[in-house]
Amino acid sequence: MKPAARLLLLAGIAVVALLVAVRLGAVPLSLRQVWDGVRGSGDATTIAIVRRLRLPRAVLAAMVGGSLAASGATFQALLRNPLAEPYILGISGGAAVGAVFAIALLGAAASGGIVAACALAGAVLAIVLVFRIAAVVGQALDTRILLLAGVVVGAFFNACILLALTFADADAFRSAIFWMMGSFSGATWRGIGLLAAAMVPGLAVLLALARPLNLLSVGEETAAYLGTRVERTKLLAYGTASLLTASAVAVSGVIGFVGLVVPHVVRMLWGADHRFLLPASVLAGAAFVVLADTLARTAAAPTELPVGVVTAFVGVPFFIYLLRRRAA
Amino acid sequence: MSGWSCRGVRFRYPEADRPALDGVSLEVAAGACTAVLGPNGSGKSTLLRVLLGTLRAEAGEVALDGKPLAEWTREAIARQVGVVPQGEEAVFPMAVRELVAMGRYPHLGPWRREGDADRRAVERAMRRADVLAFASRPLSTLSGGERQRARVARALAQEPAALALDEPTAALDVSHEMAIFELLRDLGRAGTTVLLVTHNLNLAARYASRLVLLDRGRVAAQGTPAQVLTRETVERVYGWPVRIDPHPGPGPDAGAPQVVPLSGEACAGMTARGDTDVA
Repeated sequence: MKPAARLLLLAGIAVVALLVAVRLGAVPLSLRQVWDGVRGSGDATTIAIVRRLRLPRAVLAAMVGGSLAASGATFQALLRNPLAEPYILGISGGAAVGAVFAIALLGAAASGGIVAACALAGAVLAIVLVFRIAAVVGQALDTRILLLAGVVVGAFFNACILLALTFADADAFRSAIFWMMGSFSGATWRGIGLLAAAMVPGLAVLLALARPLNLLSVGEETAAYLGTRVERTKLLAYGTASLLTASAVAVSGVIGFVGLVVPHVVRMLWGADHRFLLPASVLAGAAFVVLADTLARTAAAPTELPVGVVTAFVGVPFFIYLLRRRAA
Repeated sequence: MSGWSCRGVRFRYPEADRPALDGVSLEVAAGACTAVLGPNGSGKSTLLRVLLGTLRAEAGEVALDGKPLAEWTREAIARQVGVVPQGEEAVFPMAVRELVAMGRYPHLGPWRREGDADRRAVERAMRRADVLAFASRPLSTLSGGERQRARVARALAQEPAALALDEPTAALDVSHEMAIFELLRDLGRAGTTVLLVTHNLNLAARYASRLVLLDRGRVAAQGTPAQVLTRETVERVYGWPVRIDPHPGPGPDAGAPQVVPLSGEACAGMTARGDTDVA
């Protein structure tokens, strides 16, 4: 199968996943009802379910999944570390601090928008802190120091979260914990628009860096000898992947495992060329998270499972299967 | 045509107590093979990185092809010079052909797709480096020698005017080591400039037309193999007693100076030097 055909296949899977997500729920809808709801020609309830509840939620899940997977693939290449994932540089910790403080201080007054804004601010703060620690003025950005700085900043933010939770009341405590588990239940078209504003240019930058990322995943010195301006590329790629992750976390909370496992699965199936790996990860990540969220909504209805639990429960066995297949 | 020249180059790593390179001046002639020799820590790899622009000299001038290195972009250097660096470890699975195809990136930039000319260059490079037989195998399944040849193929795929190699045969057995040196000689005859860092004095003496011997960041000697590999110079720089014999032949290398290190008992009377305990 040619790369273009593979991408088409993945895009098809993502579309099917979106359809399944819109059809399934407390009120199951037929394909015809879904189509009518999207066009706005059905009955009012169906239109509301499709347009205001399920479609935005599924679209947001797809965008977050795609962003996290692309960001994870980028971090893995830059850090030349298979265990790297989008949250490795403390971004999730920073976002969580912002969100938890907003929830703890404002309580019920904290709307989704305010929490998201605070989470984004926290995530950006984490990015700035990590890079300030790692980038000694006038010297090259050392990947190992960056990794350690990320771990340390993440640990510090976790302590901050525990501190904030200690003084939070029961309701705020519960909301904060739920936020940290990640969810798409607060999906709005406005949030989707804001995420798209970060995601579209972010993905474009990463795709433009696909060849340098191929080289950097072999080694920084090798990349330089093959014509890459290494420091500039690293800074651009880290910055872009970090901002992608920050926007995704701000709108959906911390959804683990997608950014780690999706790029690995794509690599194991089809190789590590980033010109293919990045777009394929976006599509596969989107489909994976949409299906995981659908399962989270419906598996134990009316109770909603945390989507991060589903991504891990589904992703881990699949990953182990792939590892063992490769070993055999 | 691509050669290097440098004058009075000085480089010090941050927090090092002495410079790794101090007043190094040398010529790497275009279209010939030059080997850089020297004990561990004498500055060979540092010199190579300064010549390739990944380290910036704090004093002195470095020029590639007659133009100061500072005026070269990384892409422009990569179109002129193919490099086989010392250590690199791909973390993710990758086939030999993919690694070699990376040699075309400096000619393609970020967007342009590989054309027929690029595919032909990749095939040619793989044939020259003798890696065609395992072109689609993943790197992780190759032996050290095969992996090294894949890296050489990648540098050849750049179709460079000059080739720089940092100890390319350090982990190879005799036949693979010889195959690489023979390849370098063929390339040199075809007009490619070859700059080679190696510990193998005897192969350098046979395959390089010029040697540069470094000692603690300074040039101890440079010139033809016969000028550089004298008993006096080698003993002074390496701190070990040697005998220099002419290569007995047969072959084109007959007569090249060959360094034979003598046994420890022959060291009696020599003064200990540096970290070499010869008592």
